[in-house]
Amino acid sequence: MQLPILSILVFFPVLGAVLLSILDRKNHTLLKQVTLGLSLAEFLFSLPLWFYFDSQTAAMQFVERYNWLPQYGISYYVGIDGFSLLLIMLSTFLTPLCVLATWTDIQHRVKEFMICLLTLMAGMLGVFVSLDLFLFYVFWEVMLIPMYLLIGIWGNPARRVYAAIKFFLFTMFGSVLMLVAILVLYFYYGKTTGTYTFDLLKLYSLNVPFHMQFWMFLAFGLAFAIKVPMFPFHTWLPDAHTEAPTVGSVILAAVLLKMGTYGFLRFNMPLFPQAAHYFVPLFSILAVIGIVYGALVSMVQKDLKRLVAFSSVSHLGFVMLGLFTFTMPGVQGGIIQMINHGLSTGALFLIVGMIYERRHTRMIAEFGGISTVMPIYATIFMIVTLSSIGLPGLNGFVGEFLILLGAFKTNPIYATIAASGVIFAACYMLWMFQRVMFGEVTNEKNKELKDLSCREIAIFLPLLLFIVWIGVYPNTFLSKTKATTENFVSLMEKAKSTEVSLIHGDKGEAR
Amino acid sequence: MMMDYVWLIPLFPFVGFLINGLLGKNLPKNVVGIIGSMAVGLSFLVTLCIFMHTLQLPPDARHVEKVVYTWISSGPFQVQVAFLIDPLSLVMLLIVSGVSTLIHIYSIGYMHDDPGFYRFFTYLNLFVSMMLILVSANNFLLMFVGWEGVGLCSYLLIGYYYEKKSASDAGKKAFVVNRIGDFGFLLGMFLIFWNFGSLNFQEVFALAAKYPVGSGIITGICLCLFVGACGKSAQLPLYVWLPDAMEGPTPVSALIHAATMVTAGVYMVARCSALYSLAPFALTVVATIGALTAIFAATIGVTQFDIKRVLAYSTVSQLGYMFLACGVGAYVSGIFHLMTHAFFKALLFLGSGSVMHGLSGELDMRKMGNLRKHMPITYWTFLLATLAIAGIFPFAGFFSKDEILFHSLVDGKAIYWGIATIAAFITAFYMFRAVFMTFHGESRVDPHVHVHESPPTMTVPLMILAGLSVVGGFVGIPLIKGAHVFRDFLAPAITPVAHHGAGHPTAAFEIGMMAFSMGVAALGIYLAYKMYILFPDLPGQVADKFRTIYDLVYHKYYVDEVYDTVVVEPIKEGSNILWRQVDEKGIDGVVNGSAGIVAFLSAHLRKLETGFVQNYALAILLGMVVITGYLIGR
Repeated sequence: MQLPILSILVFFPVLGAVLLSILDRKNHTLLKQVTLGLSLAEFLFSLPLWFYFDSQTAAMQFVERYNWLPQYGISYYVGIDGFSLLLIMLSTFLTPLCVLATWTDIQHRVKEFMICLLTLMAGMLGVFVSLDLFLFYVFWEVMLIPMYLLIGIWGNPARRVYAAIKFFLFTMFGSVLMLVAILVLYFYYGKTTGTYTFDLLKLYSLNVPFHMQFWMFLAFGLAFAIKVPMFPFHTWLPDAHTEAPTVGSVILAAVLLKMGTYGFLRFNMPLFPQAAHYFVPLFSILAVIGIVYGALVSMVQKDLKRLVAFSSVSHLGFVMLGLFTFTMPGVQGGIIQMINHGLSTGALFLIVGMIYERRHTRMIAEFGGISTVMPIYATIFMIVTLSSIGLPGLNGFVGEFLILLGAFKTNPIYATIAASGVIFAACYMLWMFQRVMFGEVTNEKNKELKDLSCREIAIFLPLLLFIVWIGVYPNTFLSKTKATTENFVSLMEKAKSTEVSLIHGDKGEAR
Repeated sequence: MMMDYVWLIPLFPFVGFLINGLLGKNLPKNVVGIIGSMAVGLSFLVTLCIFMHTLQLPPDARHVEKVVYTWISSGPFQVQVAFLIDPLSLVMLLIVSGVSTLIHIYSIGYMHDDPGFYRFFTYLNLFVSMMLILVSANNFLLMFVGWEGVGLCSYLLIGYYYEKKSASDAGKKAFVVNRIGDFGFLLGMFLIFWNFGSLNFQEVFALAAKYPVGSGIITGICLCLFVGACGKSAQLPLYVWLPDAMEGPTPVSALIHAATMVTAGVYMVARCSALYSLAPFALTVVATIGALTAIFAATIGVTQFDIKRVLAYSTVSQLGYMFLACGVGAYVSGIFHLMTHAFFKALLFLGSGSVMHGLSGELDMRKMGNLRKHMPITYWTFLLATLAIAGIFPFAGFFSKDEILFHSLVDGKAIYWGIATIAAFITAFYMFRAVFMTFHGESRVDPHVHVHESPPTMTVPLMILAGLSVVGGFVGIPLIKGAHVFRDFLAPAITPVAHHGAGHPTAAFEIGMMAFSMGVAALGIYLAYKMYILFPDLPGQVADKFRTIYDLVYHKYYVDEVYDTVVVEPIKEGSNILWRQVDEKGIDGVVNGSAGIVAFLSAHLRKLETGFVQNYALAILLGMVVITGYLIGR
């Protein structure tokens, strides 16, 4: 492969944004059509990644490397492995669907909206492909701005500014500590080896003493934990989701949250493996709390979007629990679950968005009996609900099962408590579904609702395809992450054997 | 070779599900009904062919596994979509596909005027497909797919009349309670996988055989799996969803909530006989729960007036019998009763559906009576089924129930037998109570209702099932060597409990027991006759005399209410507290609080920035004085 596919993927949306900026701002349809075309092209560009990806190796692929600021050891260094491949595909796959979903939803400042969307996309892909810590940090921060604008400008007028600022500050707070840790790591590497570099793969090979690992793990971990979000750093999420426009919520849930979980896999764990082992109890317990807490709080929500937002806390808890098992099923399940959550929760936000567009409310109490007036909507909603509660045969089950299976090996108690989340998931989703869709149509305003249009159905069909595909034949996806996960698991296993001596040696020194 | 086409069995109904689901809305009702019934009928035919083929094999070769593809593969964890054909799965496949076909045909008539006709057949086909997967899977996880799949269909079909709140409530309740059971099933699978490294039945059972009897890990696995069985098969304490499930259309009650799905737990225990036989404690739990459920549900059945509810509690009670059988190690008897029960209970439900059909939807037996004149076919078939469930010779239920009673005494404990015998007495009583109230005595039917017999699409399935309820027991004739073909056929698939020198009782003893249990049933029938035919005022007087007890039983021991106050409400309340107090006040309080502190500080600090040069000059002057003073005084 000679083509710099990754760079094309990252910078094509930027070029697209430039193109949009010269178009007539009044011609909404043209703007939307062009963006749709661009995002479809982007999706096509990403397909070679899927087909030419070598699933036999754990090494980085499609690597590109150029010096950027060589005097500081900063380079433009990108590449992907099994961990990033699926997330990149998810991002490029969802963006065209998101553009389609804005067709009637976004009516003012369309041009700016589309530019934000494309920049956001560039930022997201940049995060997933960066192999240089400095480059990664740049993309990590770049991506914040368009998301901040999406919530702050196109959000729900009542509380959008509060939500946008809360989102921004929470994330910034974590990022700043991460920046400090990145610099500490950089200088430590320089001091021990004599060369200064932000090259992630080189930094992997560094044996950081435990007390440093401890603090740096926490600093990186906080940034990612906020992003995931893990309990108790999740409170920005319900606000951000609720106030964001539909598409903002979809991207936020489907891709942005995954940057947190991805961050743990890509940075925290391999960079500080001994600390990762040391923190397994803390993070597993937080994950388990998140699963149960998210589900319980979700159950009593009155606003559909908030309900879905809290369910995300629960689902992402599963992902974190899986990643921290350091077992094949746990980690592979965690990755699949990231994709699953992207598909199902993305679809749920679209579903809520479509009914919001029709009724301008998201309050559960305002609905009831929608099945009768919108049968196609009801069918799709049901399938997505079932996917979200992990019905075998659909995608959610594969992820949850593998995660719990892995977790059960490392700690049966965590796994047992987490498995109870499966019961609560059924409670909150089915209760919500019942209140919205079943019963008689009591509210006059609901009697005239139109069922989904062809465009809206077209948005769901690709999502449903993958919801079923992952459920029925997950090996298509599991095989892509196999080599990378095997490598990761064995790395973490090696680290475990040195963990004990490191901690004890460290304590001895302190005395 | 026929065995290679085993995957067709669940596939046909699945295709039916797809066709009716995608196109059914625009097809004529008859076409939808025929597609649905054909799909299931074809499965039955394929099963029959495979069954015939299997019979020609020597008994120890009757075990074939067909792999379709590898489903999930992650490191050490490998699981396949693969089917297992052995005597146990064949028996289940035949029951499921056979009874399903009849009920599909019946539904064409029963649901004819329903606007959601195609939706009904879509769900019903999906159900059959999932149920067939459940009973033919060769590993725990694929079984779990069917297990949850049938749960989903049960949810959809109980809530079929989704505009009724009680219906959608019941559907949700069924799903959630089943999920509690599935939670146990999941844990059981985790234990199995990490101890045996596989979820394939054959591999697990072979490895388990190396464990000693009573090993802790096997007992743990069996108990976890049994939690799943309690959920699916409506045993104490998770039975509460089944009576409510009667909100669904009656064919659904017959198919899912009597003949097939609810027996999945019994099938699972029998399938895992290799594990349960190694875990005496787990077996004791199974038997105890089974016996308690049998009598508990039977007593509630006595006081209900809704004919479907009577049948629902009866189903719970009969399932208890099946578990009792499994719990004393008589797995074959459990499956035997499962089969005969599928015939007569499906028939009873379909009969009650026919009554409803004839009475424009009436369910209250107090508003029936003397229907035998108007609905002869329904009456006679219902009566045959009632005789079967009461355990009267030579009807099907007699053989299977008698076996359970016999084994509970010989292989179990006297107390099991005692409980089961009392439950048998109550069963005979409340079933004949239902017959007498519905079909005999004075007509209490609303005079505006035009009572009529059901169309042939409904009565023909009734007659076929009646035939099966009469002769179905003859595959398991006791005493005569070689006449219990059912046991001999199933033997290779069942791992018996190792008995410690339990002597075989004499034939005279066995005949004596049969006579006794017949006598008990006859007594129950006579009591019902006395109370509901001879002295129709008697039931009211009895109820008045024992008012407290009667009310307690009539209100189903208030179990639903207890669950509501002890479990459901506290969880809702607690969740609200988590949301309002912990999330909004606690965590967000800290977040907004720290923002507030910053705002507060800056609000006060900004007062210093007055913009007047004099103030700044004064501040500078003061500062200089302080610094100079400090430097001098140092």
